[in-house]
Amino acid sequence: MTAADAPPLAAVEQLVKRFPLTRGVMLRRRLGEVPAVDGVTLHVHEGESLGIVGETGSGKSTLARILLNLLEPTSGIVRWRGEDVTHARSAQLAALRRKRQLVFQDPMGSLNPRKTVGAAIADPFAIHGLLPERAERARRVGELLEQVGLEAALANRYPHELSGGMRQRVGIARAIALGPELLVADEPVSALDVSIQAQILTLLRELRRELGLTLVLIAHDLAVVRHMCDRVAVMRHGQLVEVAPVEELYRAPRADYTRELLAAVPRIPGAAPAPPQSSSSSST
Amino acid sequence: MSATASPALHVADLRVAFETPDGLLQAVDGVSFEVAAGRTLGIVGESGSGKTVAAMTAIGLTRGARVRTSGHVLLDGEDLLAASPARLRALRGDALAMVFQDPLSALHPLMRVGDQIAEAVRAHRPGVSKAAARARAVELLEQVALPDAGRRAGAYPHELSGGMRQRVTIAMALANEPRVLIADEPTTALDVTVQKQILALLARLRDELGMAMVLITHDLGVVAEAADEVAVMYAGRIVEQAPAAELFAAPQHPYTWGLLRSMPRLEAPVGAELVPIPGRPPSLIHPPSGCRFHPRCPYARERHREVDPALEPLAGAPSHRVACLLSEAERRAIWEQLAAGASPEDARAAVESAGPVPSAGAAEPPA
Repeated sequence: MTAADAPPLAAVEQLVKRFPLTRGVMLRRRLGEVPAVDGVTLHVHEGESLGIVGETGSGKSTLARILLNLLEPTSGIVRWRGEDVTHARSAQLAALRRKRQLVFQDPMGSLNPRKTVGAAIADPFAIHGLLPERAERARRVGELLEQVGLEAALANRYPHELSGGMRQRVGIARAIALGPELLVADEPVSALDVSIQAQILTLLRELRRELGLTLVLIAHDLAVVRHMCDRVAVMRHGQLVEVAPVEELYRAPRADYTRELLAAVPRIPGAAPAPPQSSSSSST
Repeated sequence: MSATASPALHVADLRVAFETPDGLLQAVDGVSFEVAAGRTLGIVGESGSGKTVAAMTAIGLTRGARVRTSGHVLLDGEDLLAASPARLRALRGDALAMVFQDPLSALHPLMRVGDQIAEAVRAHRPGVSKAAARARAVELLEQVALPDAGRRAGAYPHELSGGMRQRVTIAMALANEPRVLIADEPTTALDVTVQKQILALLARLRDELGMAMVLITHDLGVVAEAADEVAVMYAGRIVEQAPAAELFAAPQHPYTWGLLRSMPRLEAPVGAELVPIPGRPPSLIHPPSGCRFHPRCPYARERHREVDPALEPLAGAPSHRVACLLSEAERRAIWEQLAAGASPEDARAAVESAGPVPSAGAAEPPA
């Protein structure tokens, strides 16, 4: 898949994150610690689409946030192209933010309700001091909106005027605005209706192909991960249970827990309509 | 059997509209269904399809000055839409119970779960002593397989996991052995392994108590697993209804096809593309003319903009009903193409070139 000697695009090594367990509101007493991530080593290879699946409390979202330096690990190392960036600060962190972006589950909660869609998408440029000229910035915002399948005129609307699917498209436009190399999507479709989920998943696949993005997809839905990813990591209680190429994991899961998860997914009887095979599923 | 038994729940031509500042929002528009004791009807639809409003209206939770309701909701023959508020209160939690999506907001946060269930018992059986009601609560918690039920009856909701909380709300719903249980997305907030347990639990309790169950969900997988019969709702109406096996074996409505093809499936070949349904659900204040699905339907013809299809049984299968203006032969041919992997456009083209189709106007391109 990738050159064997190149370091992985992103990696975590022996990662541990414990959250304090407290009791009481006014006088918080510390009772102990909950390990959210418990000794995880995981590599993300350039160009791949890696799925991280697990149930509530498995630590998958915590892992993603540490991977993006949004949360400090208790111990362990976070790497970007081989370099230790665990404690990256200021300029280094800003540079990393441009290359690594997050798409959230709830597009309404991640957009400022008092800002127009255009302003939300232009934010990353302002933060990073890019495209200072207004006209240039507006043109780029229009391009990004069209890239995610929206009309450029939508730039003047507010988030509450959009449907959930449209808002998620805006969230994606904002995430790709700075031309990131890694996109981490945390449950990007679980808040959306079934017919809209397929639109967003299809968009993410197209963008990945067009922009050569590396994707880390956090999801609880095993069918979504199977559809989107080349490789899957299964997490439980903060630990990795199994990591395998997608076909292998679903055909011959090795861990009991993976088998249990797969067996719990409701199946639809009758002929699955054979959807058209993708013409260029893996271009690299 | 179900043909002779009178249904426990019979909804007839239910219509619910809300007056809004922007106009009248027709949330439910002529919905009819029956559920017999011991059976589960799955109602599938997206947000705004009317599935939840229909259920809320059935149990009298949508009453208000700005709500216009018509039709009948018969519980063992008694019309709930005509029932007085006092009568409705007496029935709710007794003969008619409901389980909601989010157990945390359905439970009182500052009250022990056992006491909440005991209260549900005593609300309808004032003669039952407190001690007896509490004993009954533990018994109910055991019935819903809450581990260590005796001790957990003394727990507060926040001390329980999501799956345990949902077991508690189910126990509360069952407190007075209802004849009809309406479960609205009961597993949507739960993990898949817990979902499987809760669906199995609901099926077991339905059989044990002989309840009629209405299972409302957006997830075709859940109905496939848990429902005997399925109604697919779109824009306030049922567009297709059939026994579950029949619906999945030979789906008839283009919207049902769209849902089936837009879902990632574990059995599909790796690398296969999804076929999203274009556009989004319509406004219920200004619904589309004719067939309400026509703006999103890849097979719509000019005529479908004007003619509003009725829900009608198939010629060979009277229990399978569909509201679609395509002919049965056309639908069969299109589904054959789709099942073989054709895109909606190719399926349409193949069917139109092969057979004689009504010479309606030009093709309506999907949005």
